[in-house]
Amino acid sequence: MTSPAARHLLSVADLGRDGILEIMRLSDAFAEVAQRPIPKVPALRGRTVATVFMEPSTRTRLSFETAAKRLSADVMTFTAASSSAVKGESLRDTVETIDAMGVDAMIVRHHASGAPLRVTDWVGSSVINAGDGTHEHPTQALLDCYTIREAITDRRDGEVPVDLAGLRIAIVGDIKHSRVARSNVLAFSALGAEVVLIAPPTLMPASLEGWPVSATGDIDGALGGLDVVYLLRIQSERLGEVLLPSLDEYHWRYGLTRARAEALKKDAIVMHPGPMIRGVEIAPEVADLPATLVTRQVRNGVLVRMAVLFHLLGSGAL
Amino acid sequence: MTARRDVVERAETVVRGGTLIDETGERRADVLVRGGRIVAVGESIDPPNGAAVLDAGGCVVAPGLVDLHTHLREPGGEVAETVESGSRAAALGGYTAVLAMPNTEPAIDSAAVVRDVLALGETALTEVAVAGAITIGRRGERLVPMAELAALGVRLFTDDGRGVQHAGLMRRALEYASGLGVVLAQHCEDEQLAAGGHMNEGAWSSRLGIAGQPALAEEAMLARDLALVRLTGASMHFLHLTTAGAIELIRRAKADGLPVTAEVTPHHLALCDAAVASFDPVFKVNPPLRSAVDVAAVRAGLVSGVVDAIATDHAPHAPERKDDPFDEAPAGMLGLETALAVAHSALCPGASRRGDDRAEGGWVPAGEATVLSLRDLLGFFSWRPARIAGLDRRRQGDQADQGGPIVPGAAANLMVFDPTEEWVVDRSRQASRSRNTPYAGRRLVGKVRHTMFAGECVVLDGEAQR
Repeated sequence: MTSPAARHLLSVADLGRDGILEIMRLSDAFAEVAQRPIPKVPALRGRTVATVFMEPSTRTRLSFETAAKRLSADVMTFTAASSSAVKGESLRDTVETIDAMGVDAMIVRHHASGAPLRVTDWVGSSVINAGDGTHEHPTQALLDCYTIREAITDRRDGEVPVDLAGLRIAIVGDIKHSRVARSNVLAFSALGAEVVLIAPPTLMPASLEGWPVSATGDIDGALGGLDVVYLLRIQSERLGEVLLPSLDEYHWRYGLTRARAEALKKDAIVMHPGPMIRGVEIAPEVADLPATLVTRQVRNGVLVRMAVLFHLLGSGAL
Repeated sequence: MTARRDVVERAETVVRGGTLIDETGERRADVLVRGGRIVAVGESIDPPNGAAVLDAGGCVVAPGLVDLHTHLREPGGEVAETVESGSRAAALGGYTAVLAMPNTEPAIDSAAVVRDVLALGETALTEVAVAGAITIGRRGERLVPMAELAALGVRLFTDDGRGVQHAGLMRRALEYASGLGVVLAQHCEDEQLAAGGHMNEGAWSSRLGIAGQPALAEEAMLARDLALVRLTGASMHFLHLTTAGAIELIRRAKADGLPVTAEVTPHHLALCDAAVASFDPVFKVNPPLRSAVDVAAVRAGLVSGVVDAIATDHAPHAPERKDDPFDEAPAGMLGLETALAVAHSALCPGASRRGDDRAEGGWVPAGEATVLSLRDLLGFFSWRPARIAGLDRRRQGDQADQGGPIVPGAAANLMVFDPTEEWVVDRSRQASRSRNTPYAGRRLVGKVRHTMFAGECVVLDGEAQR
C-alpha cells in the first residue's frame, strides 16, 4: 500500500523492468509450489478477491480464480451475463457495490479501453486489469515473458536468463485491435528484447510514434531472424470493417504455414494467446509442433497470476 | 418579470473606473446606463442620486460576449441543462447572448420548437437566439421550413452534432438558403471516415487502444463544402474547426474570396489529445481534442486572422453519463463559465506566464510565438461572432444590439473583466446543471467580474444575481 502504482496493475508500465523481473522470480517460487502433492499455500488466507468480468472470458477468469484459490484467498465471481449489468446498472455502481462487500482485489475485464483505470477512482481495493478493450492485458504479457524465459532456460540446459536481451520477437496479426500486443510490446522491450510488428497496413495502429518497435508488412523477409513468433488471433469481424478481403487471403499472406514454420530458426518458439483459429493465423499442423508453446502459456498463466496477486496483496515471505 | 423590467427601466448605473475596449479602440472611461441603454460615456461620470455603481477599477469594460455555439439542452435534455441554467452559466462567463444549438429532443426544426425556445429565453440572464436544424430531425433527409423559421428570426441553420453527410442534399440546402438572408453552418465530420472513433486518431489513440477519428474526417467534409460554396455562392459558417489542415483550407478559401467564416473553441485552443491518457470521459468531445501540432495551428489561425470567432460548444452532460467508460460516454464539455479565462490564459502575453501553464491534463503550454492582444481576443468573443450570428444590429435601426461599440444610445450589454485575477476552476461550483468541465482544479488568469444584460446587472462580483 505505498504508491498507487504498487496497489494496482493496470498496465505493464506500472511494473517496469524491475517489477516484471520480480514477478518472474515469484512465479518460479509458485512453480515449485505447483509440483507439490497439494499445490496450495496459505499466503492470502482471509483475503477476498473478486473477478469482475464485464466481457465474456472463461479462460482468463478461471486462470485468475485458480491462482487466487491456490493462495487460499476467498473468491467472488461477478460476470456481466448473470448480473445487474444486464439490468442497466452502471459500471461505477457495480464496482462500488462489490467494494462495499469488502474485497482486497478486484480483477476487472471490460470491453472498453481504460475501464479498470476508472474503477481505481471509485473503489478502495487493488485493481488488476484482466484485459480492457484494445488497450492492455498485462498479466497475459507477464505470462508470455515467463514462458519465453522458461523456453530459453530449457534451450540453455537450465541456465535461467536474466532478461530477454538479444532475442528478436515478432508479433504478427491484428496489432491495431490487440490489447495483448500493446502489453507485450511494453513487456518484451522492457526486458531488452527487440520487437518487430508484422501486419498488413490495415491492422497496424494509426501511429507507432513512441513505440519501441520496428514494423513491416513482409513476414517472409523477417522469419529467418526471429527467436519468437507471437501470433495474434484474427477475428472475422475485421472482414465486415473491410480491413481484410478474406481470412483465406490473410492465411496465405500472413498465416504461419508449414513452409513459413520451416523457414524459422531451428530453436525458434511459436506462441499464441488463444483462442487459436487453426487455418487462419496458424496452419493446423504447425499448431501441434513442439515449438508451439500454447499449453505452456496456459499453465504458466496460473503461476504468474499467483505471483501478481501475491505481489499486490501478500506480505512477508511465502 | 414585468416588475423587474420596470426596475431596470428606471434604474441608473455607473460603470466606474474601467478601461473600455471595443472594436473602435481602447480608452479610460466611465459608462452611465439608464433604461437598458448606454446614455453617457465619459472620462469621469459622477453617479446621479440613487444610481448604482459598478466598480470596474483595474478592469476592462467590453461589449458582452456572444456565443455562437451553445447547447442549452432544452427541450428534452433538462437533466443536463435548461435555458435558464445555461444562460446563468453564460452570464457568469461574461456572455450577453448565446445561440442555442438545435440538437434538442425534439430538434429545433419547426416553428413551434423555435417559438418554445425563444419563449424560454425571454426570462433568461442573456439574450437567447436560436439556431435551426438544416434537416428535419437532423436526419439528413429533408429540409426544414427554412423561410418560415427565418421569419421568426432564425439566422443560422445547422445539424450540429452531425454534419450533413449527403453532398447532394447539402448543395440543395445552400441553393435554397440563398436569398433568405441566413447562413448555413456545418459540423464537419465525414461519418464514414470517423467510423466509430472516440478520440483523435494519432499517437495517443494508438497507444491507448481507443478508436480514432482522423483529421481527414473533418477536412474532407470541409473541402467538399468549400467546393459547394464555390458552386452556389452561398455563405457558410464552419463550426469548431480543430486541425491544421482545416485552418489551411479556410485560409485558402478566404484568399479566394469565398464568403465563409470559421470558429474554434477554447478547449481546442488549450488542450491536446494527451489529456485522454486519463481515460476520463470529461476529455471526450466531438470534434476530439487534437494533437499539440493542431493546437498550435488553431492558435496561429487566430493570430493571423484566418479564424473569425471563438465559440464554446458548451455541451452539458449529466454526471452519471460521464462515469461511463470512455467508449460509451457522450462527447461534450462545459465551456461558458471558463471560455474567456481559458483563451486568455492560453493566448495572451503575461497571462500565460502568470498562470498555471503546466502540460498536465492535456494543456498545451503557451508558445512565445502565438500571442494576442486582449482587444483582439475580445473581438473573437464579442463583435465578430455577433456579426456572424446577425445579432449586431437589429430592431434598433442603426444601433448595435450585441458586440457593438460602447457609445451613448447602444444597448447596455456589457461585461467587466479583470485580466489579472487568478482563480481555480471548482467542478462543484458550476452554475450549469452539469459538472463536465475539463479544467477542474486548473488555475486560470482573468475573471469576469460583472455582466450587464440590457441594463440589468445579472452578475455582480462574480456571483449571478438571479
